[in-house]
Amino acid sequence: MLMAALLSGCTDKVIVLDPKGPIGEAQKDLIYLSTILCLIVIVPVLLLTAWVVWRYRDKPGRKAAYKPEWEHNTKLEIIWWTIPILIIIALGTVTVKYTYALEPSKPIESEKEPVTIQVTSLDWKWLFKYPDEGIATVNYVNIPEDVPIRFQLTSETAMNSFWIPQLGGQIYTMSGMAMTLYLQADEPGTYYGSGANFTGEHFAKMTFDVNAMPQEEYDEWVKQAKASGNPLTEEGYEQLKIPGTTGTHTFSSFPKGLFEKVVNQYAVGGSAHRHHGAAPGGESESRKEDAGAKGEHAHTPAASPSPSGGSHHAGH
Amino acid sequence: MLNDLKDFLLNDFFVTGDPLILGSQVAIALSIVAIVFVLTYFKKWKWLWTEWLTTVDHKRIGIMYIIASLLMLFRGGVDALLMRVQLAAPQLEFLHADHYNQIFTTHGVIMILFMAMPLMFGLFNIVLPLQIGARDVAYPFLNALSFWLFFWGAMLFNVSFVIGGSPDTGWLAYPPLSGLQLSPGVGQDFYIWGIQISGIGSLATGINFVATILKMRAPGMKLMDMPMFAWSVLASCVTIMFAFPILTVTLFLLFLDRYLGAHFFTLDAGGNPMMYINLIWMWGHPEVYIVILPAFGIFSEVVSTFARKKLFGYKSMVFALMSISVASFFTWAHHFFTMGSGANVNAFFAITTMIIAIPTGVKVFNWLFTMFRGRITFSTPMLWTIAFIPCFVIGGMTGVLLSVAPADFQFHNSYFLIAHFHQVLIGGVVFGYFAGLYYWWPKLFGFKLHEGLGKWAFWFWNIGFYVCFMPQYVLGLMGMTRRFNEYDFDMGWQPLNIVSTVGAFLMGIAFIFQVWQIAHSIKFLKKEKTGDAWDGRTLEWSIPSPPPVYNFARLPQVSGRDPWWEEKQRIARGEQPSPLPPLEPIHMPKNSGIPFIMSFFWFVAGFGFVWDWKWMIIPGLAGVVICMLIRSFSYDTDYYISVEEIERTEAKLRGAY
Repeated sequence: MLMAALLSGCTDKVIVLDPKGPIGEAQKDLIYLSTILCLIVIVPVLLLTAWVVWRYRDKPGRKAAYKPEWEHNTKLEIIWWTIPILIIIALGTVTVKYTYALEPSKPIESEKEPVTIQVTSLDWKWLFKYPDEGIATVNYVNIPEDVPIRFQLTSETAMNSFWIPQLGGQIYTMSGMAMTLYLQADEPGTYYGSGANFTGEHFAKMTFDVNAMPQEEYDEWVKQAKASGNPLTEEGYEQLKIPGTTGTHTFSSFPKGLFEKVVNQYAVGGSAHRHHGAAPGGESESRKEDAGAKGEHAHTPAASPSPSGGSHHAGH
Repeated sequence: MLNDLKDFLLNDFFVTGDPLILGSQVAIALSIVAIVFVLTYFKKWKWLWTEWLTTVDHKRIGIMYIIASLLMLFRGGVDALLMRVQLAAPQLEFLHADHYNQIFTTHGVIMILFMAMPLMFGLFNIVLPLQIGARDVAYPFLNALSFWLFFWGAMLFNVSFVIGGSPDTGWLAYPPLSGLQLSPGVGQDFYIWGIQISGIGSLATGINFVATILKMRAPGMKLMDMPMFAWSVLASCVTIMFAFPILTVTLFLLFLDRYLGAHFFTLDAGGNPMMYINLIWMWGHPEVYIVILPAFGIFSEVVSTFARKKLFGYKSMVFALMSISVASFFTWAHHFFTMGSGANVNAFFAITTMIIAIPTGVKVFNWLFTMFRGRITFSTPMLWTIAFIPCFVIGGMTGVLLSVAPADFQFHNSYFLIAHFHQVLIGGVVFGYFAGLYYWWPKLFGFKLHEGLGKWAFWFWNIGFYVCFMPQYVLGLMGMTRRFNEYDFDMGWQPLNIVSTVGAFLMGIAFIFQVWQIAHSIKFLKKEKTGDAWDGRTLEWSIPSPPPVYNFARLPQVSGRDPWWEEKQRIARGEQPSPLPPLEPIHMPKNSGIPFIMSFFWFVAGFGFVWDWKWMIIPGLAGVVICMLIRSFSYDTDYYISVEEIERTEAKLRGAY
């Protein structure tokens, strides 16, 4: 049944088995390899089950042996303790090897310098920042093909999981932490990405496109984005944080160190950290809000250098 | 003032504005009225109180557990069907996002904690004392308390559906999403208190049954002579004893975070959500073994009975059960390989997870070789067992695939995972408990369930299962993640989702067949008079069905395994049955209303905590304390059944032979 399902999976919609990058490729190989190792055990077991049930069914005139007292055979039992142990040793060895090889924070070997993209999951949208290029996007991400991408991930809210199946497996975005995930696209194309971990009401809307393109095209896009004159300001970021959904956006710049600030906001002595006791009055009427844990109310949007930026990408 | 109250009732207290929920509210109100009317009209209030609500008899408690769990199966199943309807087509607007989120949360919690657990406890209660030749569990009063704590906890959880709103953060409620800031509503508090109250009951049951198995076995029954089901109960209950305190503490810390503004799981002031995720899975992973181990025990009993052959590899089976119970505590981090623990941690937990497959595989071989050279008949309990083997083998295989940490980066949170755990939980736990329910039903009620309707239910369940969940493996590989309430047309997910929905409805039809089967069997009652409906092997089949309140008029003398089978063999060979010792008065526990009342006070306190109503919390907790004090100072808790009464009862029950 599963075999059939996997075989029928050779269409382009089964994206996990249709990878477009080295990480996804290795994971696909591992999926196939571990499936085959498992099938070595379970196919004979399934056949044996069918045979035993058929052969020893009760019916008049049956010729099969009946030994109601036969309850133990050391040799047989040693055999079926040994078989799964051997398979698990084999599978375990492969797994450990791949676990180290595919550790998500391990750089992908390449002659090219990796591109760093800082990913922040918000309610309910994705913010991508390109610290080296100084640009940012919302709900889509462009990458050059054949270049390792170093995703740094964090969350401004509940934990999400950043997943682009055709490039490789997912990793969680968690507030107060920066995770690293290396991925690479080997060919141009638009790949589906999603937030794979539930984050509340409109979590299903947190899908995004990953556009892999040739280097020149990518450079051209960066240039255009920079020239678009639509900066993400501190104020704009505060707007973006408001729970809601939004379309795609491109920003020509973003406040320096924004990602680090988001990651470090909870660190003791961190720049943006203040206790919830400092929450301004009036906003919190019930105990529910009063005990608000993260002290979000305490943030006053820092004076924004550009007051015009944040209006059109507010949450809806 | 009056307007404030009206405002509160309509906006916060009652869930309003959704026709589905309005319908349920009306249905609930009507059902309550109907129940009250029937009880009053037939003058059954006293009967209900003295025979059921105050009972400490393990058999009756077991029956109440089973009724409650079947109701919860219905509720959780309706949740599942609603979800499947919503997912049948892209961009469907059948359920709003927030409603969908509540439904998958309650579906998960109810199916695991309020369906699987009580069904399991019901079977423990009914079967275990009978199998080991005991007259009750070690602590009958505590047993009743466990049930009522579960019952009122479940009520508290379920009431959130119509009052205040259901929890909507997933069945394990990860912070920070489940924290106050992101979930300010009362749903999450219903979650905490509903589970907390029933969880105390579960822990007490675990302790109770470990004590029962260790101290109450019939004279002569060694541990290594126990039926395999008794071993599986022991393995499960030992796991409960170590796992459930973790749940209690974790939920309590989450409560402190939400109620008092503590920071155990919020990043402010040095807390960390990762601590919650580790703790909840340190309970959560053993929890799935808690529910699957007894199913293994049931399969062992059923296979042996219906292959008419001794269980193959008894010692291997015992070792496998106990080693799974221990190993289940060392695998929890495989639920979050993708949270960046690093290669060392991931490698360790991948290996420990795979190791569990070894004893599990061995058990499958032992069941197969119990059937090998046996003489298999296909009554409904056996059908479920035979269907279980391929289903669980495939589900186990996908579990091993998930344990391959680097591959799990692609499976995690996807429908591949959903398909896997439904396959082991339905194909393993549900099939197992159904097998057990069909198998022990005649012992419980004195009549068999209609086999023909049972077979219809069986086929609908099985076909429905594969139609529903096999497509979900592929959907996972197509990138569909769990908990999506909608998806876009261009993903190509629709055809398989429709198939999956059809499968879910086939299982719904199967459930209707089961209800029909029970109703039909009650109506055309065919008394099962021998007490030994399936030509059984263990002690529970040596007494009348349903058993008298004291179970065994004389405690059986046991030597070796399958004592009842051996006895029957001896009689068949023409040997004299062993001489019976004289009857003696039997020491029994008295009924008590305290478990019911005390658990109700827990419900009151829990409801008060949910709404932060001190005027309700204080009397609730005070009631609990007062009940404890009353119980501590009551000494009239037991009585003796006289020899004459035993003789009368036995003559009546056995005279019918």
